[in-house]
Amino acid sequence: MEATIRIRRFNPEKDKKPYWATYTLKDCEPTNRLLELLHRIKWEIDGTLTLRRSCAQGICGSDAMRINGRNRLACKVLLQEFGENPKIQVEPILGLPVIKDLVVDMEPFFAHYRAVMPYLVNETPPPIGPDGKPRERLQSIEARERFDDTTKCILCAACTTSCPSFWANGDYVGPAAIVQAHRFIFDDRDQLLQERLDVLADPDGVWRCRTIYNCTPACPRGIEVTRAIGEVKRAIQAGKRDY
Amino acid sequence: MITHQFDTIILGAGGAGLMAALYASRSVKVAVISKLYPTRSHTGAALGGIGAALGNEEEDHWEWHAFDTVKGGDYLTDQDAAEILAREAIEAVIELEHMGLPFDRTKDGKIAQRRFGGHTNNVTGKPVRRACHAADRTGHMILQTLYQQCIKNNVTFFDEFHVVDLIMNGDLPAGAVAVCLRDGSLHLFHAKAIVFATGGWGKCWEVTSNAHSMTGDGAAITFRNGIPLEDMEFFQFHPTGLYPTGFLITEGVRGEGGVLINGRGERFMERYAPKVKDLASRDVISRAIAIELREGRGIKGKRYLHLDLTPETVRRYKAEAGENADHYTPHYIETKLAETCDQGRTYAGIDPITEPLPIQPTAHYAMGGIPTNNDAEVIADSTNRVIPGLYAAGECACVSVHGANRLGTNSLVDLIVFGRRAGLRAAEYSRGATFVPLPSDAGRKIESELNRIRTANGSTKPYVLRKKMQSTMQDLVGVFRNGKDMQKALDTMRELRREFATNIGIDDRGSTFNTDVLETWELGCLLELAEVTAFSALNRTESRGAHAREDYEQRDDQNWLKHTMVYREGEEGLRVDYKPVVITQYQPKERVY
Repeated sequence: MEATIRIRRFNPEKDKKPYWATYTLKDCEPTNRLLELLHRIKWEIDGTLTLRRSCAQGICGSDAMRINGRNRLACKVLLQEFGENPKIQVEPILGLPVIKDLVVDMEPFFAHYRAVMPYLVNETPPPIGPDGKPRERLQSIEARERFDDTTKCILCAACTTSCPSFWANGDYVGPAAIVQAHRFIFDDRDQLLQERLDVLADPDGVWRCRTIYNCTPACPRGIEVTRAIGEVKRAIQAGKRDY
Repeated sequence: MITHQFDTIILGAGGAGLMAALYASRSVKVAVISKLYPTRSHTGAALGGIGAALGNEEEDHWEWHAFDTVKGGDYLTDQDAAEILAREAIEAVIELEHMGLPFDRTKDGKIAQRRFGGHTNNVTGKPVRRACHAADRTGHMILQTLYQQCIKNNVTFFDEFHVVDLIMNGDLPAGAVAVCLRDGSLHLFHAKAIVFATGGWGKCWEVTSNAHSMTGDGAAITFRNGIPLEDMEFFQFHPTGLYPTGFLITEGVRGEGGVLINGRGERFMERYAPKVKDLASRDVISRAIAIELREGRGIKGKRYLHLDLTPETVRRYKAEAGENADHYTPHYIETKLAETCDQGRTYAGIDPITEPLPIQPTAHYAMGGIPTNNDAEVIADSTNRVIPGLYAAGECACVSVHGANRLGTNSLVDLIVFGRRAGLRAAEYSRGATFVPLPSDAGRKIESELNRIRTANGSTKPYVLRKKMQSTMQDLVGVFRNGKDMQKALDTMRELRREFATNIGIDDRGSTFNTDVLETWELGCLLELAEVTAFSALNRTESRGAHAREDYEQRDDQNWLKHTMVYREGEEGLRVDYKPVVITQYQPKERVY
């Protein structure tokens, strides 16, 4: 089948402003991923087309882009969903400065991530086994299950850059950072609960979320992002993880 | 060129690189230089588990893990290294838990473990639960956890800096050269110790589980700087790549009870590995699948077989084996094999809970690579002469802990155990050493090569060469090999390399995020490694582990119980040499599963 791909392009060395370019590809298969088609354009037609990608199977989080108006990973979009005559529009994710074509500056995104202290802190000495060597801290199946969903996050930024509150105010930490914080807030091994809740109670923290719900359908990992944000809000109000 | 100075630089930010960074940064000034954001690294695609004889689910001993590793490697594994791997795996996994890794748990709150191919109870020969896991996204969780700890410890990162060369001053390493993707500027990193942790080169093949970025940059760079490559003929084909893409379906599926079924509905592994069946070593299963396909027992006559993990099938076979499988419900599959479910649904349009998945062998893992000793120090020749200040760890390195075939889960163990050793040793060396001066022409050679690519206007587009390389390696240097095919592959790689050097043409002449130039440069790395792979494979006239020759079907310990070392001689020549295998307590014997 033939596919038509319309791409928002911008090269800061040549272009004053972004423009749309359209490419037609013959001999496409319904099971082709959009990423494969972007590669065909780059490899066969125009090598200047620039995008990030690595694993091509939905786990590295490199190729989040706006595809027919929705944030998705190009490697998780199959041609077959667009019918007999696929027409696909591709743009960089919104709310972060464009560097070139589909590549945006991810630094503001990672700065928000770092702000929530995304690491486990536990100062209590670990248990010692019968052989005198350290052993794992115990955690119940239920306690582990409590934060399972948010451990799936791959930091692709699809949620954060689909959020109107983030578009309006780039200082908002955004859904991805809150998801990352959730993963530690609800991990009963962690001892940095209050500090993390304080960061998220900041004016640019969790209260900028207006429950618009764009983030959840944007997540390529199926994380219930809005729900996680809601749980963090409740933990802040209660001042504890088991509210 | 912009010059930076650090005590230790770490090239690559996957599991091995981040582990090295965590340890080295405790005592010296460290920078991690990576062409990807660290969380994009391919460690994140590892699924089923990390092996360690914790004994949380049943009796297990690190000595069993060591023996399984040696046997899995078809006795080409250096046995002292396998002992280190298996022993230190235990403390490494415990340490990951302390760092926060969300392992699945047993009923009493310990780290949960599952079965995996080739991991056995050495007394009964039956599969043992040794693979510690976080659902089927264990690699993702390891990568995230290590990156989190690096943030906590303020490790310095140069993200999206693509390392393109090593700087040597005579016989000593002095630093590395990297391109900043953002603006195309070249940077010299002057360092006392340099750790390569740049991953594998599965992109030499057409059907592969590997990321686009797995282009073997580090192995190609060291090779171009006079360092040999070890055991390059051994490249693992994982039995269960999703058809047709080759994406990895975890061995954890079979660890949980999933079975392989051919076009006649037979559980054919019963014939090839009567004792452990679907949990034999990967090389054994990939060969079995290739034979089934060759003899026309694919599904509906096509080039794939089925991996069946539906509750109905799994329960039936578990009942036959006298095992309780009440826990094996759709919900269990959905949580324990979440990624597998998502992969099946997204890429094959199949729900693995109700239907079997189509699978085929897929190029997966480099057992060979940059030769190192047990402290991750790079060695210059078959006498084990150490190059002071140069280290390698993870898939790019060859310790050799995986021998002729790696066991499932052992790649993650390797990253953690030898990544840590690399970081510790590099830091120790940095504390006592002085900087080797940068030569006056440092970086000039690679600068001119990158300029050649940037301005290249020949008639062959790089993707044409890449496709030709991948299909040639797929057809001629795959699961089964023979001399005639491999000679043809070697000749083809040499032609492609000449074409690459003289007649390529690219489009992007700019400096901003020029992936056209860097992808082309990566292709040069792949071509070089594909050539060495074909050369090494042609040279080894026996079958061992992942290297299965139709014209030399038997393992030949008399002549080939030794590691291959290949060196570049001049521009195009290759020279081969050998290094003895370290044998401690496991004498080579026939390998039966």
